[in-house]
Amino acid sequence: MSLRRLFRHVAALPPALWLGAFFALPFLIVLRISLSEKVTAQPPYRPILDLSAGWEGIGTFLSQLNLFNYSTILDDELMWGAYVTSLRIAALATLLTLLVGLMLALPMARAPRRLRPLLIMLLVLPFLTSFLIRAYAWIAILKPEGLLNGLLMSLGLISEPLIVLNTETAILIGIVYSYLPFMVFPLYTSLEKMDASLLEAAADLGATPLKSFFLVTVPCIWPGVLAGCALVFIPAVGEFIIPDLLGSSETLMIGRALWNEFFANRDWPLAAAMAICLLAVVLLPVIWQQRQAETTR
Amino acid sequence: MSGRLSRFDLVRLTLALAFLYVPILLLVLYSFNASRLVTVWAGFSTQWYGSLLRNQALLDSAWMSLKVGIASATIATVLGTLAALALARSGRFRGRAVFAGMVYAPLVMPEIITGLSLLLFFVAIGMDRGFWTVTIAHTTFTIGFVAVIVQSRLAGFDRSLEEAAMDLGAPPLQTFLLVTLPLIAPAVGAGWVLAFTLSLDDLVIASFTSGPGSTTLPMRIYSQVRLGVTPEINAASTLMILVVVIIVLAGSLLAKFGGRNTVAPA
Repeated sequence: MSLRRLFRHVAALPPALWLGAFFALPFLIVLRISLSEKVTAQPPYRPILDLSAGWEGIGTFLSQLNLFNYSTILDDELMWGAYVTSLRIAALATLLTLLVGLMLALPMARAPRRLRPLLIMLLVLPFLTSFLIRAYAWIAILKPEGLLNGLLMSLGLISEPLIVLNTETAILIGIVYSYLPFMVFPLYTSLEKMDASLLEAAADLGATPLKSFFLVTVPCIWPGVLAGCALVFIPAVGEFIIPDLLGSSETLMIGRALWNEFFANRDWPLAAAMAICLLAVVLLPVIWQQRQAETTR
Repeated sequence: MSGRLSRFDLVRLTLALAFLYVPILLLVLYSFNASRLVTVWAGFSTQWYGSLLRNQALLDSAWMSLKVGIASATIATVLGTLAALALARSGRFRGRAVFAGMVYAPLVMPEIITGLSLLLFFVAIGMDRGFWTVTIAHTTFTIGFVAVIVQSRLAGFDRSLEEAAMDLGAPPLQTFLLVTLPLIAPAVGAGWVLAFTLSLDDLVIASFTSGPGSTTLPMRIYSQVRLGVTPEINAASTLMILVVVIIVLAGSLLAKFGGRNTVAPA
């Protein structure tokens, strides 16, 4: 038996079995429950697949599946509104993260080589602390009697506290803060690979820095831009903790809507259907991005 | 690109790093505040660390998080390393695309969906929720992270060493244990650390998959945060940050010194 065959036969099997049982199968169950009806029972959905009834059981099971939950999502303005809000906030937050990410990645890629590992370490370290704690840290800063307002008022810049906590602005700050490393790394790697002589050539030919940024740098790092945006946008759409701690009850994002539906209303079939829709919404930009990456190649 | 930093670059770097660090530093600073108010500084005190030690519910959940983290990171490291070996070394095999999809999909899957699907699965098979369901859930979503790290190490690895061992008559398993495994050990270690921190950090998936007796630390903190900001949470957060910093430093030291000895004769 060669090494390759050892890896093929023995190595793939345990992870395949584990992921099949705990990833693929649960996903099929979600799909199936999203097509069921809510009932007040344990478990709170119907139909249950009754295998003891033989083929007849499977027949009743199939005939009772319906698209009711999906039509609820489309009919309920609050529901599809939550998807629209999530997409809007995620898109806006991705754009802001891109701007802040460039602020960080451009000087990082220009820094002397011996300083770079230190800069990377400095970037990674806050990212390794708990997500929950990082969102929590912003509450103390942003709340009306918080540190930001205290600072601004003692400087005499404002006379009344700014209301930032529990607004969309706070959600955006939270997302930019929490997802920044996901943006900076792809940007930095593409910037580092870039040939600096291209910029010199552009400058020699009379391009202003701004012009050469858009005409030379941006096309060169475009794959990195797309990768970074995908890495921020995808988790931001389904984000739960940040909107819950920093946002208000008025900005309902899909993660929280799903959470409420599941834990408060105990409508598991509807929550399952919302999860499937969320996945579809998240996957579409990924597929679009893949296409983009293929055409630029 | 390389060169010198302009003054503008330094300003940008400083601002961005301040944005990253100021919130955390403030959090740590106010954990030592004598006042109950998080916003008014009333002098240095370690009283919140004391009250933390008397908060039995918090200590229990921290212990639970630690157990879940160690168990899930260990299983995920074994399975993730195997997955990386299969993906990097088996060439093409039937079902490779499906297998790769299953390994990487949990990386981008919104955690709320992972949590929901696992809970529905545990209910469907009638498994009681507790330590093991959270551990299984955390293992499942961290396997992919381990696989990515180990795979990148396998990609830049000198295969002639394995071939040499085989040519000298070592059977495949022995080659794997004595040549391949020591060479990828730093990546395996890094994978374990990442899986552990991800598990320690997770709130959403644990909320779905835990039972009455298996509240994890993030869940406990989350329920207290919803009631308001308290210095006690700041103290707990500071300790968690400290733990992560220690793990990261230990990990990078291990990678630095462990990495050099990997090809030492066995």
